[in-house]
Amino acid sequence: MSRINLMSKNIKRFLRISFALFSSQYSLMIEYRAEIALWAISGMLPLIMLGIWRESGISLALSLNKDWLTRYFISAFIVRQFTAVWVMVSFEEDNLEGRLSPYLLQPIMPFWRYFFSHIAEQFSRIPIVLIMLLLVFISMPGAFWFPDFGHLMISIFAIFSAFCVRFLLHWLFSMICFWTDRASALERLLLIPYLFLSGLVAPLEAFPDSIKTFALFTPFPYILSFPSRLLAGQEINIIKNFLILFLWGLVLILLGHYFWKLGLKRYSGMGA
Amino acid sequence: MNKIIKTIYSFWSTSIAIEMEYRFNIIIEILSLSGNLIGSLFTLSLFYGPNTNLGGWSWPSSLVVLGIYTILDGFTISILQPNLSRIVRHVQNGTLDFVLLKPIYSQLWVSLRLFSPWGIPSVFVGMILILFGIYYNNLIINFQTIICFLTMLFSSLLILYSLWFLIASTSIWFVKVWNANEVLRSTLVAGRYPIYSYPSLLRRLFTFILPIAFLTTVPAEALLNISSPSWITASVFVSFSFLNITIWFWRYALRFYTSASS
Repeated sequence: MSRINLMSKNIKRFLRISFALFSSQYSLMIEYRAEIALWAISGMLPLIMLGIWRESGISLALSLNKDWLTRYFISAFIVRQFTAVWVMVSFEEDNLEGRLSPYLLQPIMPFWRYFFSHIAEQFSRIPIVLIMLLLVFISMPGAFWFPDFGHLMISIFAIFSAFCVRFLLHWLFSMICFWTDRASALERLLLIPYLFLSGLVAPLEAFPDSIKTFALFTPFPYILSFPSRLLAGQEINIIKNFLILFLWGLVLILLGHYFWKLGLKRYSGMGA
Repeated sequence: MNKIIKTIYSFWSTSIAIEMEYRFNIIIEILSLSGNLIGSLFTLSLFYGPNTNLGGWSWPSSLVVLGIYTILDGFTISILQPNLSRIVRHVQNGTLDFVLLKPIYSQLWVSLRLFSPWGIPSVFVGMILILFGIYYNNLIINFQTIICFLTMLFSSLLILYSLWFLIASTSIWFVKVWNANEVLRSTLVAGRYPIYSYPSLLRRLFTFILPIAFLTTVPAEALLNISSPSWITASVFVSFSFLNITIWFWRYALRFYTSASS
């Protein structure tokens, strides 16, 4: 009995802290609405690529029809909007300016602070993304579709899982901040395979087989291509993809935790 | 003029000296350059099948476009990014005061104060891509073509600079506009491909509203000898009007500068 009590107490505490972090970060984000709008617009790449793919003759040669491509890239646009991660930049800033020290004194792992600031940002992004989608569908009325409720729910869950995995990946690389003070330069390197292997600029169907196989060994297609195809209502092995996504998540959690412990020992509290 | 060249020379030699402290960066820059290059070439190759091409452009011609894009990218890394990102910080901290007090034209100072050598490899790679494009196209390059191409390239550099500068100088009103440059950068990615590969709506958007066509496609056409005089005049005209707009806009914006902190 007491064990159950303790557990419910812990869960309550967790929920209370999450809510507090979320609401404080949300009000912070609302202050920077204009900035968030700009971030959202800067995620336009899939829509630009949609333009090229629709015009290009290669889509016919690969028997990818235009409606399929349109839905895929519009979904990729949505998925990208809600899987945006910038933890490396803010972690480096906090580390260099000594803000990490007070965070470490609090009885909560700094990880959650960054995590909830991302979640809060996603919520403040929703209206902007909706306006952009409205513009897209006005210029391409034939492209409009709406998934049924169950489909929508599982897609949202997939997008959220993809976000978590991408966040964990960037969190792992943020740990490099403990060893060098120019870690955010590495973020640019991390963006390269994401850009070209995730299915952001080209659907995986268009890849030559060898490169497609290679891409599927990296986490990137599961972060973007999988949730996009799910949202677009295209045929995909849901269980297998979710399993691989979770497996990546697990590996990244373990590695992230290990390097966090290792890095903390080296933390010198710069600026404090 | 002589004085300006001398000033810029000392500006750049000091900033190169600073950057040399971070020699580790060269590894990251080279990795990032080669990663992006392989990725772009790969993506570009996806559009080329036995009977397909990109907007009627052959593979070598597309390489020229990609090469020009890479050169512009190097220019961005070397000059635009280090300098124009600082305008935002100057406004935020009120240190723009000191810039305005210096006995030099302030737009020149904020635009050319720093030079980062890390963009140079991109410029080289861009030139190599262009040479490949010329070679595989079996082009005979005469003096006139080169002059024409260099003029177009210069215009596109001016347009690119103007776009960045206009956005960066709006920080006088909005302070935190660094993201706006991210927007610009992510849209300019469209310049990796010939403008003809886009549907007509986007093509018009990229010609008349955001002049991406003038950034890469027009110089490439000049080099490939397929440009029309009207495009060339348009490009020169657009670049000079953009440059004049930036000069006017900077003066106008400074009137609203309230100098935080002092």
